Amino acid sequence: MSELSLSQDAAPAQKPSRIRMALRKPGFMVGATIIGISTILALFPGVFAPYDPNFIDYTAVRQPPSWLHPFGTDLLGRDSFSRVIWAYSVNMQMAVLATIFALIIGVVIGALVGYYRGIADMIFGRVVDAIITFPFLVLVIAVVAVLGPGLVNMYIAITLVGWVYYARLMRAEVISQMGNDYASAGIVMGYSDLRIIFRHLLPNAITPIVVYWMTDMALAILLGSSLGYLGLGAQPPQAEWGVLIAEGRNFITTAWWLSLMPGIAIVLTGLGFSLIGDGIADLLRPRG
Amino acid sequence: MTLKSVQTPLLEVSGLCTTFGAGQASIPAVRDVSFCVNKGEVLGLVGESGSGKSVTLRSILGLSRRYGTTTGSVQWCGQNIVETPEAQMRKIRGGEIAMIFQEPMTSLNPLLTVGLQIDETLKAHTDMSSSERKKRAIEMLDVVGIPAAASRLGEYPHQFSGGMRQRVMIAIALAARPRMLLADEPTTALDVTIQAQILDLILSLAQDFDMGVILVTHDLGVVAQTCDQVAVMYAGRIVEQGAVRSVLRAPQHPYTVGLMRSVPENVPPRTPLYSIPGTPPSLLSLPAGCAFAARCTHKSEICETSRPDLVGAGTGRSVACFNQVKSEGGAAA
Amino acid sequence: MAGIQYTLNRLVLMIPTFLLVMIIIFLLVRLLPGDPAIAIAGDKASDADIAAIREKLGLNAPLLAQFWYFLTNTLQGDLGRSILLRAPVLDVILARLPTTIFLAVYAISLSILIAGPLAFLAAVNRGRWQDNLIRAVFQVGLSMPVFYIGLILLTFLAAQLRLFPVGGYGETFWDRMYHLFLPAVTVALYTSAILMRNLRAAIIEVLDAEYVQFARAKGLPSRLILGRHVLKNALISTVTLLGLSIGQLMSGTLVTETVFAVPGVGRLMLEAIFARDYPLIQGLTLTFAVLVSLVFLMTDLFQSWLDPRMRLS
Repeated sequence: MSELSLSQDAAPAQKPSRIRMALRKPGFMVGATIIGISTILALFPGVFAPYDPNFIDYTAVRQPPSWLHPFGTDLLGRDSFSRVIWAYSVNMQMAVLATIFALIIGVVIGALVGYYRGIADMIFGRVVDAIITFPFLVLVIAVVAVLGPGLVNMYIAITLVGWVYYARLMRAEVISQMGNDYASAGIVMGYSDLRIIFRHLLPNAITPIVVYWMTDMALAILLGSSLGYLGLGAQPPQAEWGVLIAEGRNFITTAWWLSLMPGIAIVLTGLGFSLIGDGIADLLRPRG
Repeated sequence: MTLKSVQTPLLEVSGLCTTFGAGQASIPAVRDVSFCVNKGEVLGLVGESGSGKSVTLRSILGLSRRYGTTTGSVQWCGQNIVETPEAQMRKIRGGEIAMIFQEPMTSLNPLLTVGLQIDETLKAHTDMSSSERKKRAIEMLDVVGIPAAASRLGEYPHQFSGGMRQRVMIAIALAARPRMLLADEPTTALDVTIQAQILDLILSLAQDFDMGVILVTHDLGVVAQTCDQVAVMYAGRIVEQGAVRSVLRAPQHPYTVGLMRSVPENVPPRTPLYSIPGTPPSLLSLPAGCAFAARCTHKSEICETSRPDLVGAGTGRSVACFNQVKSEGGAAA
Repeated sequence: MAGIQYTLNRLVLMIPTFLLVMIIIFLLVRLLPGDPAIAIAGDKASDADIAAIREKLGLNAPLLAQFWYFLTNTLQGDLGRSILLRAPVLDVILARLPTTIFLAVYAISLSILIAGPLAFLAAVNRGRWQDNLIRAVFQVGLSMPVFYIGLILLTFLAAQLRLFPVGGYGETFWDRMYHLFLPAVTVALYTSAILMRNLRAAIIEVLDAEYVQFARAKGLPSRLILGRHVLKNALISTVTLLGLSIGQLMSGTLVTETVFAVPGVGRLMLEAIFARDYPLIQGLTLTFAVLVSLVFLMTDLFQSWLDPRMRLS
């Protein structure tokens, strides 16, 4: 019995441009809109906030929402709406700064470990196991406990813990890409290791990293605001959503809007990043 | 080759069409397929991946209903089972018409014992008592050639080798003594040496149980060795049909000719192997005329504008082509 | 017996990881800017006290020796002494641990109850409105921080409507179930969002599996297919996923205990942080790591029990 060389698959239909496909997906567009608006608010809070967020006015303490103060005022008479807007800079900055360094460190380490394997890989495996044995928040809080509360320390803490997730992802991608022909071709052609890693493997392996980064930014905002609420992240009187919610906590029955509105901002922004992440993931998933 | 007595065919398919998706994104996987299978006969469905052969089998059993719509007629015991509601179809599936799949490792539930997987078929289709079922299960494992059958009832699929697993799948499928077996590339995932054994097993079981068999494969060699009738499919349609000897000895459709030529037999060393140039068309954008026209060496103008119907071309043969290849063409079977 | 062999294997594999865990905890306090002895002794200690503590903690010894003391002490159960509560750390933790475990188990049960059937419903109706609705709702839930959910539940259900107590722990079992209902729901809502998404994917994977196709081709009734073929296979993935979400669960528990003033180890951690009670912080971090490891181990064992393929390897 003999095999036939009938291996051709059906020819793929013409793929519409990726960007056009992205524009058609409602989830992605909603996410992109939310993040777009959030970014603008973060970059130009002064333009959109009607009042100075730190302006204390004892005559207008704990006012309910009104035309003058859409989100009411807090216990020091500061305009809640302005504070929420100004918090956009802090929280969006949080999303980026808490993730980008973990990403860079994780990607580099993951790529190196995935490429060279061997002992480095074994050690890496143990380190990853050890770090993920701690609940993320617990380890971050512990590091913050030691370094002291504050935004910068929070970024350091999150980066110290978060890099493993990027590294693990990158390593897996690199290993799987190494199986591809273009990688073997590079090795055979004698390209230097670094060149193979960074100019060839990396661009192909980067896509799941970007998808994860989006989700991570959503998580960073959740984590950062949780720490702000607990008093371990941004410190009052800085306007940060978690801090604002904590400030409103004592008046939860009388002036519940003070805690509610910043929370909605958190949810919206988190949703925005998640939707973009999902959208990108859908886009890049092979059709079939 | 079995003598075909004049009898009503066991299974008669006519005008079967299955389409997935809808509107612009509709995929006509099976288009106007017709054939019959008699008792004790083996029909081979041959074609490349994407030709619609697997979907045809699934459409016969109504397994494609979830994903697409099937129209046409599949006559089984005087009923058109395309229309039969699910509840009745379930009785037919496994009980009267059985199907086996290509990859036995993934087709058997890894968490359940082999004995249980046979038992549940028997429970669903027969009235046998629990001890009778156990007896039948051992019997089936025996019949398919598993040594020490009784002791292996309690084992799990991963404890069997590839060829043995396929035998187990056959045992499960035939446990309730169906009258027809649909085999979807049963030997593709197996070693060449095991392939022969499994095919022999299927053939002998078909004879013993007096079943009709439809064997789907992309391997003409398998067809030559096991089938009585063959239907060649391309882009969802049957392009040539007839008795195996006759079709393979003198193929009339250019596609069949191409397939025969691709079989590397009696080829002097260092000769480049032949493969049909081009690729099958995407089912999303089928051409107006003959689907094979783009790759055909015999095409003429009419081929690109109108689709050839399957017409008779000799005793018991039919071909869908405007420019049939005459008898001197084609490699020896 | 294969089971014991497997368990022992797993335990042995955990050792190097755990060693690293200890190293991380050890280094944690050493990250402190300044002198750990001063930190541990407190602001009001005299120089003599500080020197004594330094001696006791072996801070004058080389780093490796310090680590050795730390390791041996911990293994003997000596986790140091809490500055805040003036009692051995181990005792303090053990006193509050049952509360947190109760809350965690309560939350896991609730999240399985919520996520399980809904994930099933979504998977079976993939692409249709039930699926999309469920996924959308949970997507929103995933974007809500745990403390926010807790705060909302606390405000409306406890403070405003007075359906549930505002805080505290309760005495009897049922009293406890009542008091801890809101905190458990809070944690459960977040965990079930993650669980639902992963479970749905796992069930879809099973539904698409070839052996389910084969079962259908055998003409088996749907309920049997779902119950026997789909469920058992999906259960394995569920257990694995639950195990993986334990970290999230504990993080959620920590925050929730704070919002609802539940006297568990989570809230203790925060109290320790604000009091700069480093021995306690160290002990608590270790506790969390141990809990998570135990859960991972149990998940692995459960999985091997369910899946015959793993048993024999």
